Amino acid sequence: MIEVQKITHKYGDRIALSNVSFDVKKGEIFGLLGPNGGGKSTLFRILSTMMVPTDGHAIIAGQDVEQNPAAVRRHVGVVFQTQSLDKALTVQENLRAQGHLHGLSGVILHDRMERAMERLGLSDRRKDLVETLSGGLKRRVEIAKALLHQPQVLLMDEASTGLDPAARRDLSRHVENLRQSEGVTILLTTHILEEADRCDRLVLLHQGKIVAEGTPGELRSRIGGDVVVLETADTKTLAAKIEQRFGLHPSVMDGRVRVEIQNGHRFITEVVEAFPGAIESVGLHKPTLEDVFVRETGASIE
Amino acid sequence: MGSFFLPAATLWQRELVRFWRQKSRVMGVVASPLVFWLLIGYGSNDLARFYSGALVLTVMFSAIFSTISIIEDRREGFLLSMLVSPAPRTSMVLGKILGSATLAWIQGLIFLAFAPLAGVRISLLELIPVAAAIFLISFTLTGLGFVIAWRMDSTSGFHAIMNLLLVPMWMVSGSLFPMATAHGAIKAIMWVNPLTYSISLLNYELRLPNASPGPVESVTVTAAFGVVLLLISGVMAAQKATKSAA
Repeated sequence: MIEVQKITHKYGDRIALSNVSFDVKKGEIFGLLGPNGGGKSTLFRILSTMMVPTDGHAIIAGQDVEQNPAAVRRHVGVVFQTQSLDKALTVQENLRAQGHLHGLSGVILHDRMERAMERLGLSDRRKDLVETLSGGLKRRVEIAKALLHQPQVLLMDEASTGLDPAARRDLSRHVENLRQSEGVTILLTTHILEEADRCDRLVLLHQGKIVAEGTPGELRSRIGGDVVVLETADTKTLAAKIEQRFGLHPSVMDGRVRVEIQNGHRFITEVVEAFPGAIESVGLHKPTLEDVFVRETGASIE
Repeated sequence: MGSFFLPAATLWQRELVRFWRQKSRVMGVVASPLVFWLLIGYGSNDLARFYSGALVLTVMFSAIFSTISIIEDRREGFLLSMLVSPAPRTSMVLGKILGSATLAWIQGLIFLAFAPLAGVRISLLELIPVAAAIFLISFTLTGLGFVIAWRMDSTSGFHAIMNLLLVPMWMVSGSLFPMATAHGAIKAIMWVNPLTYSISLLNYELRLPNASPGPVESVTVTAAFGVVLLLISGVMAAQKATKSAA
C-alpha cells in the first residue's frame, strides 16, 4: 500500500533522510519510531505530498507522490501533529469545510460526517467550538476530518503527543477499530514507546537512516534475555571492570551502565558481590524498544 | 467544476464566519485610520483631502491582517489540511483572496459611513460605483498581502515588510499630498505606484479633490495590478516545495 524507495532528502547541506526504503502492507499499522530530528517528520511531509524528496520515490495506493500528488491526496488522510483545525469554527463546520475541500457535498457529505462523528464519539460535541475541546477530543476531530473522503491510507504525525495516558489509550483504540472495520492502512510517526509497541511493524529511524525494522516482538528479541541497569557514581570504571571480569560489553548512558544478558537475576547477585559498595541501585527489565534503539544507535529516543 | 468552486467557496465562507465571531477585529482595523485621519484632517483643517487615503489605509490594514494569518495558518492551522487535499491550489488562492478581500471591503464600507465628516454627500445609487471601487482596491491589496505572506516563515518578517514597503507605498500614493505638487523623484515613484491610482479612483468617485490620474486610467491600473497579483499568487501556490513548507 505504501512503498518507500530509496528516499534521500537534504535541507541545503543537511541530510535529513538517507536512502530510506520500506514497504507497508494493506491493513497494517506501521510505525516510524525515532527521536525528534531523526527524520520522521521529513518523511511524513514527503508522504503527505507537502514536500518533494531530493531523491528516491514514494508510492501510495499505486500513485507516485511526486508525479501525481493529486491522486495520492484522494487516497490519503492526514492527521497532523499540530492542529489543522480552525479553532473559531465548530466541530461540524470544520468537518464540512474539509468535505468541501474533497469535493463532497449534500447528502453524501452529511452521511459521511455523521458516520465519522459517530465513529470517533463526537456526535454530542458537534456544535462546540473547537477551541473549547480538550486535546484528546481535538485529535479525534482531526482523525474524523481525515476520514471523510474514505482514504485507504491514514498518515498520523505524532498523533498522541501531548495527550494524557487515558486519551492516548482511547486514541489507539479508535485507530485499531478503523483498521479492523475499514481495513485502513495506517502509518504513524512516534517517539512514544507504548504507541510504537502497538504497531504491527515498525522501523527505527536515527539520523535519517533506518537502523532496524520488524515487529515489536522481533525487534525486542534481538536482545537476548534481560537488560540490567546499574547506577553508580563512576560509570566508566564500573563498565570497564564488568567487561574485564565477566567478558560482557556494557554500554554507558545517562549516568547508568546497561548490560544485556541472559538470566539477569543471577548476574545481579554476581555483580553486586563482585563490586561491593560501588553500585547504588540495580534494575532489571525485559527488553523494550528503547533498549533496541540504544543497542542499535548508542543513543536514547527521548 | 464543483471541485474547483466548492473549496474556494468554503474558504471564503470560513473567512466571513471567523470574522463574524471575532467582531473586535473590526474596531481594531477601522479605529486607527480613523484616528490618523481625524488628527491630520482637523489639524490641517482639510478632512476632505485625507479621506480617501484613510479609507485605503483601512482596507490595507484589513488586507494585511487577513493575509498575515496565512503564515500561521499553514504552519498550524486549517491551511495545512488544504495543502494535502486534492482541491486545486488555484481554487484555494481564489477562496482565500476573495474571503480576505470581502472582509477588507466590509471594513472599507464601515469607514465610508464617516464620509459626511469629509463633506461627501452620496446618493444611494452613487453608492454602487463607490462600493465597487472599494472592492476592487480591497481585492488588489489582499493580492499584494498574499504574495508577500506566502513565502514568509514568520510574522515578524511580514511586519518588517509592512513598515518598509507597504506603509511608505501608502504615503506616496496621494494619500497625504497630491501627485501634482510632489517633487522630483517622489513624483516619478507616485506615477509607478499602483496605490496612487486607487486613491485617485476614490477621489473621483467621492467627488473629492485631486482625482488625477483620471478615472479610466485609475480603474485600469488598479484592476490590472489586482489581476497580476492574483496570477502571481496562483503560480506561487502551485509550486512544489522542496524545503519544509510547514
